[in-house]
Amino acid sequence: MTESPPPVVEMRGISLAFPGVKALQDVDFRLFPGEVHALMGENGAGKSTLIKTLTGVHTPDSGSVLLAGESVAFSSPGQAQQAGISTVYQEVNLCANLTVAENILLGREPRKFGGIDFPAMRKRAAEVLARIGVHIDPASVLETHPIAVQQLVAIARAIAVDCRVLVLDEPTSSLDAGEVAELFRIMRVLRDEGVAILFVSHFLDQIYEISDRMTVLRNGTLVGEHLTSELERRELISKMIGRELGTLEAIEDASERHSVSGPVLVRAEGLGRRGAIAPFDLDIRAGEVVGLAGLLGSGRTELARLLFGADRADSGKLIVDGTPLHLRGPRSAIAAGIAFCSEDRKGEGLVADLSIRDNLVLAMQAARGWSRPVSRKVKDSLVEKYLAALDIRPANPDALVRTLSGGNQQKVLLARWLVTEPRLLILDEPTRGIDIGAKAQIQQLVTTLAAEGTAVLFISAELEEVVRIADRIVVLRDRHKIAELDGGSTIDQVVELIAGEPVPEEVAS
Amino acid sequence: MTALTTRLPARFLPVLATVVLFVLTFGAGSIRYDGFASGQVIANLFIDNAFLIVLAAGMTFVILSGGIDLSVGSVVALSTMVTAAGLRAGWPVPLVIIAVLLIGSTLGLVMGVVIHKFDIQPFIVTLAGMFLARGLCFLISVESVSIKDTTFRDVATAVIELPGGVTITYNVVIALVVVLVALYVLHRTRFGRTVYAVGGNEQSALLMGLPTARTKVGVYVISGFCSALGGLLFSLYMLSGYGLHAVGMELDAIAAVVIGGTLLAGGLGYVLGSLAGVLVLGTIQTLISFQGTLSSWWTKIVIGALLLVFIAVQRGMIRGRRRQGAIAS
Repeated sequence: MTESPPPVVEMRGISLAFPGVKALQDVDFRLFPGEVHALMGENGAGKSTLIKTLTGVHTPDSGSVLLAGESVAFSSPGQAQQAGISTVYQEVNLCANLTVAENILLGREPRKFGGIDFPAMRKRAAEVLARIGVHIDPASVLETHPIAVQQLVAIARAIAVDCRVLVLDEPTSSLDAGEVAELFRIMRVLRDEGVAILFVSHFLDQIYEISDRMTVLRNGTLVGEHLTSELERRELISKMIGRELGTLEAIEDASERHSVSGPVLVRAEGLGRRGAIAPFDLDIRAGEVVGLAGLLGSGRTELARLLFGADRADSGKLIVDGTPLHLRGPRSAIAAGIAFCSEDRKGEGLVADLSIRDNLVLAMQAARGWSRPVSRKVKDSLVEKYLAALDIRPANPDALVRTLSGGNQQKVLLARWLVTEPRLLILDEPTRGIDIGAKAQIQQLVTTLAAEGTAVLFISAELEEVVRIADRIVVLRDRHKIAELDGGSTIDQVVELIAGEPVPEEVAS
Repeated sequence: MTALTTRLPARFLPVLATVVLFVLTFGAGSIRYDGFASGQVIANLFIDNAFLIVLAAGMTFVILSGGIDLSVGSVVALSTMVTAAGLRAGWPVPLVIIAVLLIGSTLGLVMGVVIHKFDIQPFIVTLAGMFLARGLCFLISVESVSIKDTTFRDVATAVIELPGGVTITYNVVIALVVVLVALYVLHRTRFGRTVYAVGGNEQSALLMGLPTARTKVGVYVISGFCSALGGLLFSLYMLSGYGLHAVGMELDAIAAVVIGGTLLAGGLGYVLGSLAGVLVLGTIQTLISFQGTLSSWWTKIVIGALLLVFIAVQRGMIRGRRRQGAIAS
């Protein structure tokens, strides 16, 4: 790095609003040739939106995009590709039923006598593959190769044209350590050839291994641009997460921590699922709040889904009340008293076009079975009880769920599960996207429930929250459970663990 | 050569299965009945099914792209009607041919555009096209119109003598040319490969920058053209135009394509497979007519059973592929 060349991409003062959301506010971004630039931020920080603004999927409301010093405005991904900006998405966007050569070159294939010149096509594909050091038969069908190789073929397609900027949007999420190492080797080759690489990954270890520079976003605003070597992990995490200290301290009083010595309600022994979460042990006692901490993609939701039977474990066992439980699906988990509030409350939790009452009754009836109808009187009293207990507004049981605010929807979802009187309540990001007041009420409810003997598994991206209400904190990183902390640990301790050195068996090259 | 043998099993298995099936049914007929294993019986397979071969070739494009075309039978009927009525009105033969091909292609174009622009399932759109074309037949005439044009009759009855005394009609030549052209287009042109890409994963094809819109509309134009051409061949075969010709023939074409190993979900299959599929259907028909006592409905029963078996096999193949993918990931 003697003298930095001018940036190949420069985005200045980019703002973009979607109905109701300011996705990007006055964001600046620079990308230099011959560097790997990581775009960092939690979910909803605006990473994808920024990328899509660069690749022509979105048009910014204000601000300018400069490519090699010239102002450009792409209106489609095709135009961006023509200008030398290629994108490889998280999912392999190729046609698995065609050959490798066709996937790399179709649309710009060599032709002869009006038809495709297959020998020339295979030769050209082999050259591109050789450039990134992949040696597979270009005439083989794509689907005969593992996903990792397909991902590399996608990169080959991206660089088969004159590519100045390569955008890799979470290309590593489905790769194992060895495959990631291979990808990184290719990224280094391209970087050394002068390609500017924009890289998005949720794995900090990978970011620190490969990137030269990073830009951190939070809530659609630019936090800063840093050289990777000059930004410590801990600092990066606090920049990404941001500290809301003080905002929640006002309502601290209710959450008095208590050590729990009740019987073990749910025990996981070596429970795991390949590609989702490495085998872990976990005890959850009645009346205990266990917090799950970790960055996005660390396996938080995956762990919860295993406990709920939403995904099938391929190793280990789950023991409820001392007897092994074979979860065949959510129904058997619900029968065992396990409830799961999904983070996707719109998609997986509530029926938005029904009223609050109907949503609650649905759950109640499902728990009782259709043969034992619930009387109108019981229904009304229960609905009233939960409306009051959770302070759902409007307190009108006939209001349609879709018309409620995010926080109130979350409360209805909670109430829906509480109606079934679960013994273990799994809350996946129950406070995401809701205002501070509702957040505090939900936290309060969690502690109250625990005091009444319900076990709670609390998942949140906000460490403050986890630290505040959990009696015990389980820390996840890169799909491994790496530690368990007692309640009363500080945020710094958790951050330290999350940022820590790579897990031994995960070391990539 | 080695590359070919190692790649052969997985991709060509369905087509091979169809060819084996054809050989088995034909072999069974040859053992059971005298005179079955003659060159002329084979030639008759082609003569009696030339129009179906053309329809199946067009249908292969549509199904490969992940669509379906239910209108082909009706378009055949409409084509016979236009041919017969046009010739009766004294139109020259070339004009009749051009008119028929234009009508078929235009119908396909309209259906393709509707499917693409309004994002409606091909099933519904081509179902509408099927009723429309069938209705138009009766607009021309509710009665059967026979073809008396001498040029047309001469072409219909002309035979080409092959070595060994076997004779075929010009229909067969046209059908085989269509198959060869389809083979070239599907495997050697960008359009053909895009048909496979769209059938494999339309979203990906779009992101790869391929002309998915043109391709999706194109396959229906091709199918419409093939239906019209099939209709001309059917006119030569029947020497009449009638609104009730070719009722249910779209299903025969789909059956031939599926039995020929093309995945109904799209993206996998060969036009040669469809040809083999037509021959299997034809052989079953021939077998039943040789048998003599069985009702011709037995053809339908056997085809139904075959279809079930082939679709079940396809299902198994898709599952197998998914499982492979899961392990790979």
